Amino acid sequence: MWQALRNELHPRGLEIVTVALDVNPEAARVWIEQIKPNHPSLIDSARRVDELFGVVNVPNGVWIDEDGTIVRPVEPASPERQTPPEWQRMADHPDVPEQLRETLKLATGIRIQGNEYTGALRDWVAKGRASGYRLPPADVIARSGVRGKAEAQAAACFELGTYLWDSGRRDLAPRHWREAHRLQPDNWTYKRQAWSLADPFQGPTDLYDSCWAEDVKKIGPENYYPRLNL
Amino acid sequence: MILSSLEVDPKEFERRTGWALKPEAACKGETCVTLPDDAGSAALDARTLSQRLGMPLIHDADTDVWCLGPEAMGRALTTARAPELILPDYRGNQFALSSLRGQKVLLVAWASW
Repeated sequence: MWQALRNELHPRGLEIVTVALDVNPEAARVWIEQIKPNHPSLIDSARRVDELFGVVNVPNGVWIDEDGTIVRPVEPASPERQTPPEWQRMADHPDVPEQLRETLKLATGIRIQGNEYTGALRDWVAKGRASGYRLPPADVIARSGVRGKAEAQAAACFELGTYLWDSGRRDLAPRHWREAHRLQPDNWTYKRQAWSLADPFQGPTDLYDSCWAEDVKKIGPENYYPRLNL
Repeated sequence: MILSSLEVDPKEFERRTGWALKPEAACKGETCVTLPDDAGSAALDARTLSQRLGMPLIHDADTDVWCLGPEAMGRALTTARAPELILPDYRGNQFALSSLRGQKVLLVAWASW
């Protein structure tokens, strides 16, 4: 997904580092090996970037300058102009199961702002410090997402569930993940990871109180990613 | 961070959380929080860190495992300095984000799900 943009901007001083937030590293590796990217492609099964940068959905991007200063904190990041056209085709296809069609129909309503995002990125790569998209440290911190008591507690619950999942106590993980979902309902990475391990299409299961389609319907697919504030 | 007891290894704590431990204080970016003077002790008490740094401390009763969460200081970032991030790449080689100093970096989080 990022390879073409990386090839364009790497000669001008930008590196793209992708980090896969997959509890199961193999699930990410299959995708990466198909693409064979020439930029660093990392796997974060312990979910370090959630905690360190405040990632709440994917794809999310962070800009870091030459000195190691964050100049734009976590925000929706996509190089695409629209959702994949095959989603619409599958949503309309009678052979696709009804529940999956509903999910895909919702997914096609997601707002993707790839043009705006890559435009801003190109501006920063060209102009550096003079780019208006580069934010001062106080704004970077202020825009970095809320982490009060509930969000910090949610992070701890998610981490504990993930540890139990990894260490062979998969039966004990969901109750901690459910608590993380309750404490920070707008963190989609906590929900989608847990849902996807119970059902690949993230549909309703006995383990969790809600599912992807249900939660997206509540907020409206156009609000699934917050509008970019460039 | 996951703990098998309430004793926290200071080096592991620094590596895992990005907080730097100094005599009587823990600092991250421009923020410093005083800690009781435990100079000379090899381990920190998770309850003390939890209370002073606003880090949730939770417990799984079935496995007797603890988890000390991130600091609740209002925002996900307490400083605009990028934290160190060391992760394996998809071939299993360790990669440090700091190795890219001197270049601009776009860090993208994604997932297979």
